[in-house]
Amino acid sequence: MPVVLENLGKRFGDGAPVLDDVNATIGKGEFVALLGASGCGKSTLLNIMAGLEVPTSGALEVPSDGAAFMFQDAALFPWLTARENIELALQLRGVGKAERRIKANELLELVHLAGAGDKRPHELSGGMRQRVALARSLAQDRQLLLMDEPFAALDAITRDLLHDELERIWKETGRTIVFVTHNVREAVRLGQRVLLLSSRPGRVVQEWNVTEEHRTDAGLAGQLTGVITARLREEIRRHAK
Amino acid sequence: MRNNSSPVADTPEATETPVSAGSTGGHNSAGSTGGHEETRKVHAALTRSSTGSADLRELESGLDSLQSDAVRKARVDWSRILLPVAAVVVLIIIWQAYVSLGLKRRDLVPGPLDVAGQFGTLWAEGALQEAVWTSLQRGLVGFLISVAIATPIGLLLAQVAPLRRAFGPLISGLQVLPSVAWVPAAIIWFGLTDATVYFVVFMGAIPSIINGLISGVDQIPPQYRSVGTVLGASRLQMAVQIVLPAALPGYLGGLKQGWAFSWRSLMAAEIIAVGGTIGFGLGSMLNQGRDLADMTIVMSAILLILAVGILIELLVFGPIEKRLLQRRGLLAGSTR
Ligand SMILES: Nc1ncnc2c1ncn2[C@@H]1O[C@H](COP(=O)(O)OP(=O)(O)OP(=O)(O)O)[C@@H](O)[C@H]1O
Ligand SMILES: [Mg+2]
Repeated sequence: MPVVLENLGKRFGDGAPVLDDVNATIGKGEFVALLGASGCGKSTLLNIMAGLEVPTSGALEVPSDGAAFMFQDAALFPWLTARENIELALQLRGVGKAERRIKANELLELVHLAGAGDKRPHELSGGMRQRVALARSLAQDRQLLLMDEPFAALDAITRDLLHDELERIWKETGRTIVFVTHNVREAVRLGQRVLLLSSRPGRVVQEWNVTEEHRTDAGLAGQLTGVITARLREEIRRHAK
Repeated sequence: MRNNSSPVADTPEATETPVSAGSTGGHNSAGSTGGHEETRKVHAALTRSSTGSADLRELESGLDSLQSDAVRKARVDWSRILLPVAAVVVLIIIWQAYVSLGLKRRDLVPGPLDVAGQFGTLWAEGALQEAVWTSLQRGLVGFLISVAIATPIGLLLAQVAPLRRAFGPLISGLQVLPSVAWVPAAIIWFGLTDATVYFVVFMGAIPSIINGLISGVDQIPPQYRSVGTVLGASRLQMAVQIVLPAALPGYLGGLKQGWAFSWRSLMAAEIIAVGGTIGFGLGSMLNQGRDLADMTIVMSAILLILAVGILIELLVFGPIEKRLLQRRGLLAGSTR
């Protein structure tokens, strides 16, 4: 099991706990969508899995070589070109100079950006930047890929395209992916499993399996989306008044 | 452009789920085979959009070319050259007009023509070239050595919290201390040699470069460090490959200020420390003008000192800064 979370808790300072008693296991090669209302601690949980934050209680098991991470905004380095951004990830992983160039070009090809390698981030559109960021996270070549609302700021058509691409890449590379989103449709579209995180404190309250039928049958997918949305709303309504 | 002749067979989802849904709209035809008469209309956001990969590529490159900027040609902007020249001409005319009024004695306030004449004399003697060359060379060498010393110290202080707490206030204090204050000490330690001049330049430039670098590092978005951590950067790699380039705009500001401090300190040192093995620089020329009570020499030296400062800014820092900001997309809307 690449990821095991056991009774994980997190509080900042002496405020109320943001995460409390989070339990989950994620299998190798699985695509898990982590769903929750805004501010429920999704990013915090992902940061803990990435080792950017330490939990205040509980235990977690992640691959020893760490995880690849894709941030909500592309987080590319503005002083490097698209290709150099990818090459930096390869370099920090210890890949030799000649091989870096070849690998970076392959990755750019993989996200269909072979022609834009010499552009700087500010010369790219938001969607292209996210694809470069995706290529960079793949350059890390870690089994586990953590994605924090990577497509949230994109327009619908670009997002659909990137969904298709991400699914293709997931199938081609066999990564384990944890994909954070607050968009139920996106979770159902991408995840094999959808985990719902409650708010204040964050905790996995329910999970659904998304089968291959949901992928192709819009009626079934829509039905599941409705069920999950209702549950999410109920979770949010608990905090009303 | 398409490198696969049969996009249907190439699409992973099409092969894995034979009973795939039809195409989502009129814009593509590659996804559906002729056999599925009873396929349903599917919402793209919920299920696969079942676009052929060639189609996907086309749609994507269409979006990409719509969304990215066309390359703009750079051209010479004459107003950048003409406006500053016009400003200087106007100032000289005002100066000449003031002198022509004859309100002050001519030897106390010489006119532009008198100073130009003195320029010619100094040039013919070779004193002008010697002074400019000596000072410029010292200024640049002193500045470059200062950069080499200050950069690692600045990075170290910026990255290691206890060191910064310990030395930060001292460095800030040194930056405020006028470097002329070091001249007497330097003369006592090093005598009238070049070492005195360089020492004063270092004491002026190094603290301000360190401070510039530290404040540049302070302004780095914290996310850059997170990215570095996630990418597996070691401490040294983080400092050299992420923190330093990220802090470059602030660092460059520190370098500019460091140069200004070098140049000022140098002039101060040259004015005060004269003789010995110390060569003849612009500060020495200034001092000579005072000794001879020759206002035209004094004015010549001041104008030369000013000119060197302007030229270094125009020819060195200006272009570097512009290029740096342009490459990062930070120049849009600025008045540079
Ligand atoms: N460094 C921090 N210090 C204090 N509180 C924090 C910190 N980081 C996050 N929080 C708090 O933790 C809670 C969860 O934040 P988090 O960013 O994980 O939410 P999220 O689920 O990712 O939200 P969104 O969907 O808006 O991105 C918030 O209430 C936030 O105020
Ligand atoms: Mg978040």
